Amino acid sequence: MNNIIENYKEHFDRLQSSPTSNAMSVLAAVRQNAFNAFSKMGIPTARHEEWKYTRIGSLFNAELQFPANLLPSIEAELEAIRLPGYEQANELVFVNGYFNSSLSRIRSAELITLTMEEAAAGEYKDFVLRYLGDSSRYLKDGINALNTAFTQGGVFLHVKKGQAIEHPVYIYNITDARTAAILAQPRSLVHIGENAQVQLVETYSTIGIADSFTNQVMEVVMEKDSLVEYYKIQNDASHASLVSTTHFLQTGKSYLHTVTISLNGAIVRNNLNVILEAEHCEAHLYGLYFQGGKSHIDNHTIVDNVKPNCFSNELYKGILNNEASGVFNGKIFVRPQAQKTNAYQSNKNVLLSDAASVNTKPQLEIFADDVKCSHGCTVGQLDEEALFYLRSRGISEKIARFLMIRAFAADILEHIKPAPIHAYVEQLISERLEFHIL
Amino acid sequence: MLTIKNLQAGIEGKRILNGINLDIKAGEVHAIMGPNGSGKSTLASVLAGRQDYEVTGGSVEFLGKDLLELSPEERACEGLFLAFQYPVEIPGLSTTNFIKTAVNEIRKYHGEKPLDAVGFLRLMKEKMALMNIDQSLLSRPLNEGFSGGEKKRNEIFQMAMLQPRLAILDETDSGLDIDAIRIVANGVNKIHSKENAVLVVTHYQRLLDYIVPDFVHVLYNGRIVKSGTKELALELEEKGYDFIKNEIDVTEQVG
Repeated sequence: MNNIIENYKEHFDRLQSSPTSNAMSVLAAVRQNAFNAFSKMGIPTARHEEWKYTRIGSLFNAELQFPANLLPSIEAELEAIRLPGYEQANELVFVNGYFNSSLSRIRSAELITLTMEEAAAGEYKDFVLRYLGDSSRYLKDGINALNTAFTQGGVFLHVKKGQAIEHPVYIYNITDARTAAILAQPRSLVHIGENAQVQLVETYSTIGIADSFTNQVMEVVMEKDSLVEYYKIQNDASHASLVSTTHFLQTGKSYLHTVTISLNGAIVRNNLNVILEAEHCEAHLYGLYFQGGKSHIDNHTIVDNVKPNCFSNELYKGILNNEASGVFNGKIFVRPQAQKTNAYQSNKNVLLSDAASVNTKPQLEIFADDVKCSHGCTVGQLDEEALFYLRSRGISEKIARFLMIRAFAADILEHIKPAPIHAYVEQLISERLEFHIL
Repeated sequence: MLTIKNLQAGIEGKRILNGINLDIKAGEVHAIMGPNGSGKSTLASVLAGRQDYEVTGGSVEFLGKDLLELSPEERACEGLFLAFQYPVEIPGLSTTNFIKTAVNEIRKYHGEKPLDAVGFLRLMKEKMALMNIDQSLLSRPLNEGFSGGEKKRNEIFQMAMLQPRLAILDETDSGLDIDAIRIVANGVNKIHSKENAVLVVTHYQRLLDYIVPDFVHVLYNGRIVKSGTKELALELEEKGYDFIKNEIDVTEQVG
């Protein structure tokens, strides 16, 4: 552990003393605080309550390298990674954690895209100062601090007040592991202006056969009457690990809709924070994980009701095969002031093999007395009676299982609204099903 | 068509069927009646291949094949159909998609090409008209939120679509009001022909007012203790099952 901290200290000192760094005192100070925190906490181990079932220590081995500043050429690979519908979409490309503006395509004039350095030095300085690192109020661990400590080459995205972005924003997190195992740390800060609307779609792709570890943080601030749809699609290589933190701060009455789809990876940990800091906010959180092999998928969610009269609904479903393991940890806070909160949560799991496992934990901390909250979780196998029903109609056992898993996933998939993305995920699920069942 | 000889079966070590003998020919309608716990639903389940049940003796031949050797899906493909007492709800699976998969799996089993969208739609429309069933029901997820009557109508619609040789109706009348019973029974009668047979499993006689049986069998303690024509069902309705029970118990004591 100390080796990691010493090793990273060298990288950190180099970053802080680089000529471009000193000019941006805002970022330098944020980074310094975060690095101090990282030095104290280190990489989280199983002793850390929030990391009990997800061990990432072994990922920080001697082979894992900080990426060089030099950007690799990935034009050809990007073509294969692009999501359907990209012809109209706005595209943001991160390579090894650095925002790459030449590969990115911003088509909407209502969308302002700056590097984090530009944002921190210009008119958005106060905003960056106030909100960059807001997720650390909730995520008190070294992995979150590590990303902030190395905030460099990130992106600042601003959706202008009153504007609805017509086509989705696709965000590609690409890690180039062709020559070495890479630690990539993309960072972004998103500001959704008052009465603005946007659809965000994120994916993660590793190129090459070496291991990759992406430690990503995105923080989104939503102003009054804004609407965000956020889709996270994870189907990376089996040697690619990911800690993906997405933090939504709803500062005004606003509407959030998220769907997290996890289909492959080595170790995948999602932190999804939804902070309801204004009255009458609404948030919908959907998730589907369908994994096999020895993969590990962990969804940690936080819904914090700070103000009264907010509504949140959360439904996560999991299908685990082979030796795959899953974690669901759903926290709901209802602060003393947050009367008339409506907060619902449900996690349902199907295990397709004896060696697959899941740890599911709802966690409600309610400090107000006039609220409606519910939670529930289930773990089981496919319903034998339903399987028999399908088979009694001439449907083979394999096809019956196929249909039942598809049916189980259906009420998550129906919440993916952009048509090309919906079709794309349906296709991925079919491929998974064919691989696991047929 | 179906020949059951000395069939013995049970569940979790408990014996329920104690030697059933039954012979069903094409074109016939048979009814199996009996008090609660006599083994009616067990017989239906064993014939359809429900895996919770263990067959401990006897044989079942269906259209020349050893039925007990076949998986549930093979039995269906061979022409056996079970209308469930409690049809299963499967949210997320559209009824139409389910039926289309079933129709084409059965065609595949017989070496036929799958129906294309147009061919399937034509078949659906024909059977929908025959069964007097509404499109809106079929575009909903399978049985989800269906009323009792809708579920049973959906069972009979599936039967019309799959065109089985032998249809087993397991307590299809349970939980239905008289109008729903009439609709379901009319559906069954429309499908029934000289080529296929129907086995009606029921506790009450009332369904047999509409699906008129050629033979009625009384099941008690896992055996067929009395067989007759439709008049037997009326006699049971009038006297109750106790008269059979007394008759049998007395015979057994004497024996």
